[in-house]
Amino acid sequence: MSAVMELPVIRERGQREVFCGLTGIVWLHRKMQDAFFLVVGSRTCAHLVQSAAGVMIFAEPRFATAILSERDLAGLADANEELDRCVKQLLDRRPDISTLFLVGSCPSEVIKLDLQRAAERLNEQLMPRVRILNYSGSGIETTFTQGEDACLRSMVPHLPESTSATAELMVVGTIADVVEDQFSRIFSQLGVGPVHFFPPRMARELPPVGPNTKLLLAQPFLGETARALIARGATLLSSPYPFGVNGTTAWLKAAADVWGVDEARFTQVTAAPAERARVALARLRPWLNGKRVFFFPDSQLEIPLARFLYEECGAELVEVGTPYLDKLMIAAELDRLPATAQISEGQDVEKQLDRCRAARPDLTVCGLGLANPLEAEGLRTKWSIELVFSPVHGYEQAGDLAELFARPLDRAQRLAV
Amino acid sequence: MELTLWTYEGPPHVGAMRIATSMKGVHYVLHAPQGDTYADLLFTMIERRDSRPPVTYTTFQARDLGGDTAELVKSAVRDAYERFKPDAMLVGESCTAELIQDQPGSLAMGMSLPIPIVPLELPAYSKKENWGASETFYHLVRTLLLPLAPPAGSPPRESVVTVTARENRRPRCNLLGGTALGFRNRDDVREITRLLQDIGVDVHVCAPLNATVKDLQSMPQADFNVVLYPEVAETTARWLQKTFGQPTVRTVPIGVLATREFVEEVGKVAGVDVSALLDRERAGSAQVDASRSLLPWYSRSVDSTYLTGKRVFVFGDATHVMAAARMAKDELGFTVVGIGTYSREYARPIRDLAAALGVEALISDDYLAVEQRVTELAPELVLGTQMERHIAKRLGVPCAVISAPIHVQDVPARHSPQMGFEGANVIFDTWVHPLMMGLEEHLLHMFKDDFEFADGATPSHLHASPAATAGDRPARGETLGGQRQTPFTARAAIELEAPEAASAVGFAEEEDEMDAVAAVAVAPTVTSWLAPAEAELKKIPFFVRGKVRRNTEKYAHENGIAEISVDTLYDAKAHYGR
Repeated sequence: MSAVMELPVIRERGQREVFCGLTGIVWLHRKMQDAFFLVVGSRTCAHLVQSAAGVMIFAEPRFATAILSERDLAGLADANEELDRCVKQLLDRRPDISTLFLVGSCPSEVIKLDLQRAAERLNEQLMPRVRILNYSGSGIETTFTQGEDACLRSMVPHLPESTSATAELMVVGTIADVVEDQFSRIFSQLGVGPVHFFPPRMARELPPVGPNTKLLLAQPFLGETARALIARGATLLSSPYPFGVNGTTAWLKAAADVWGVDEARFTQVTAAPAERARVALARLRPWLNGKRVFFFPDSQLEIPLARFLYEECGAELVEVGTPYLDKLMIAAELDRLPATAQISEGQDVEKQLDRCRAARPDLTVCGLGLANPLEAEGLRTKWSIELVFSPVHGYEQAGDLAELFARPLDRAQRLAV
Repeated sequence: MELTLWTYEGPPHVGAMRIATSMKGVHYVLHAPQGDTYADLLFTMIERRDSRPPVTYTTFQARDLGGDTAELVKSAVRDAYERFKPDAMLVGESCTAELIQDQPGSLAMGMSLPIPIVPLELPAYSKKENWGASETFYHLVRTLLLPLAPPAGSPPRESVVTVTARENRRPRCNLLGGTALGFRNRDDVREITRLLQDIGVDVHVCAPLNATVKDLQSMPQADFNVVLYPEVAETTARWLQKTFGQPTVRTVPIGVLATREFVEEVGKVAGVDVSALLDRERAGSAQVDASRSLLPWYSRSVDSTYLTGKRVFVFGDATHVMAAARMAKDELGFTVVGIGTYSREYARPIRDLAAALGVEALISDDYLAVEQRVTELAPELVLGTQMERHIAKRLGVPCAVISAPIHVQDVPARHSPQMGFEGANVIFDTWVHPLMMGLEEHLLHMFKDDFEFADGATPSHLHASPAATAGDRPARGETLGGQRQTPFTARAAIELEAPEAASAVGFAEEEDEMDAVAAVAVAPTVTSWLAPAEAELKKIPFFVRGKVRRNTEKYAHENGIAEISVDTLYDAKAHYGR
């Protein structure tokens, strides 16, 4: 943690070109198929979510917005009655929902609509058929992936108390189903377990938590969730995140050490997949070796990914921007970054663009609002949201992760027009 | 509060962004919380623009709310002016900023910047995107042109013919309403500009799309205005007519007939002879002549006979719905079974049109109400927006997009106008494509149990993944119809005991979702179907089965028949026709 203090970090405030936490709904609705996300907000919120996800055609939408009207703002309509009516209408249409998230937004927070109490009230009427939870995905409170943090955080009080007398592992953070299965296999070969994943694939099947729960975070943006789980007695295993060979090995090792897995067994289990990952990375390394990379802030994945690109792909780091630097979450990663990498927290997008243009990096990792405009200026970009939507964790995906960064460079070389 | 699964329009400030982004040299300072920059993606991704929208956001956060958010606005305005040096600036709020009431417009006006500032008042909790675009365009034009308005009591403007004769030039018009993120506006503008050229009329200024502040200031020099998109430009055109005496052409040239009328109207207003062009377009010959619209011949060719009386439902913005309904009826020979719009401002003309078509108009921005109506009407084709594609997928009905809201696939690289004679060609192809081809439809009628060309399967000229046709949950099979989409629905049905659950839409235990939904819609009047009748019903092709079921049940109800037999089915068929 001392490393954080010593690092010269650019801290900026100005225009931030980032998503709000509502965007988390776009992947959370797929992870937990029996959950529904009801945003309480304005037409802007509805428009955001559908602009992000509406290219997919839904026979059964899994998210919606209760749009506030002037009557609600003027206090003419009882907001609680209105909300109850919307929830009833929704549940009539979708009786298969087991968990309903009431998601707070900027408007609902500015007018101080108490969704917490609304959730409690609705729970009294609807449990056990449907559990109602609430969290804030507002832009004023949360940035992009922090929406997942807030969502998982809201589930923590409802996790059953673990009765286990021995250690249990909880892997925290949404990861692709295929990655979850890979990790399950490795943990079982190591003799680490029982293993629970949080969030679960079905929102009604919540994992237990207790004093014997060891937390392994798969995502760096889950500070609030981690703290809430710690408050319920769980212990956080500090580790880099499972990106690339090094990250994955260190991450697995953090758990293996708790379970007393001996070195030989650990090596025996991880050697083959680690070697496979190295082979896959070697194929892609020429694309990234020596390439100068610039990260705009987006998801808090920037620092672990920059570490991966630096350590395992030979990339140089120009600037690594993150929307939020959570020391508890990121300490084990920061230690491994080179001193030459400029870290920045927060954003003044115009100034950051000036720095980016001046540096002319070989690859710029940025959001979709900036990607095409920067391409048009002759910079190669990797749109950052894809890193949240793709299976990128673990050994078997190390090559895929490198390829996500190599692909824009490959494409630039292929195109003759 | 209003439960909204999908919204047809964005908030009004997105309309304002569309105006700013359409133009050059106009900057927009938007007081908005962190996260509202998502709207940039509409332009950089959906429309694939190669530059950032000219929008500066204040992106305030929770910690700013305790402090001076007004100061945030001022520094944003100052910085935006210094950095971008625009010729005019729009200043406004998003929905959240509207709640904290910093009056950004007045703040900016008080900063004495040396450019025109247009403060925008866009009530986000009562108005929507198109209204926002229309208001913004109007206020921008008004701010720029009011100083140029002729003083009260000036003589009326001379006729176009007089002026053009004296100045010895072709008549010229402004082309109003095209915007960024408009449905096919890029190509419509190109097509109509070409068409006007053909009849001897020049386009003076096209606005807001691609216009500069200087362009807007020169708008009064045009002889008349053409309103392509009334949702955006009607207010402005009316003001220009009142203030500068410019006549307005209001026919929207979507469809062959409407384009002919448009040409006639322009001819009349501009005083030019358009008969040569109209004669060419009216030539009744069966010759395929690429110099004119192919729709009339394609639609007359015998291959199109099976399109006759296809039952279509039309929904979208008012302009595109009115055009599409007319085309569907008069140019493709469909039967329009329902129309509707989310543009409340145009409720009256839509109702009038519905009355003329003998159908009921649906004026609603409630996606669930639209879904309900489509379910009840059980059409064979839905012409709608991106949102109707969701409905059509759920019901297994073919669908084509005719109006915004749209997604990225409706901003294609190829020339794809909706307007003018080429627009009619594009529309013919687009609407017919999702329908099952004639031969396949006939054969399906005769042989139902084929292992490959199964009942209810996707038309074979459309792609579907093999896994999907085997009944698995489709990964991204947009074209799938019929199959149940939610894997856990059945399980939930067993687990839940709520009596209303079993009859909820999309929840009944029937193999054909469309049938299930249709049955639910008329549930109170249904008596029962005898097994042989049910079996006979299954022999009717899936795309008309919902309609036949409804008609039969209606017939049974009206005739006091308690149990529907095979005879009832055929009695009803004879009574109603197909």
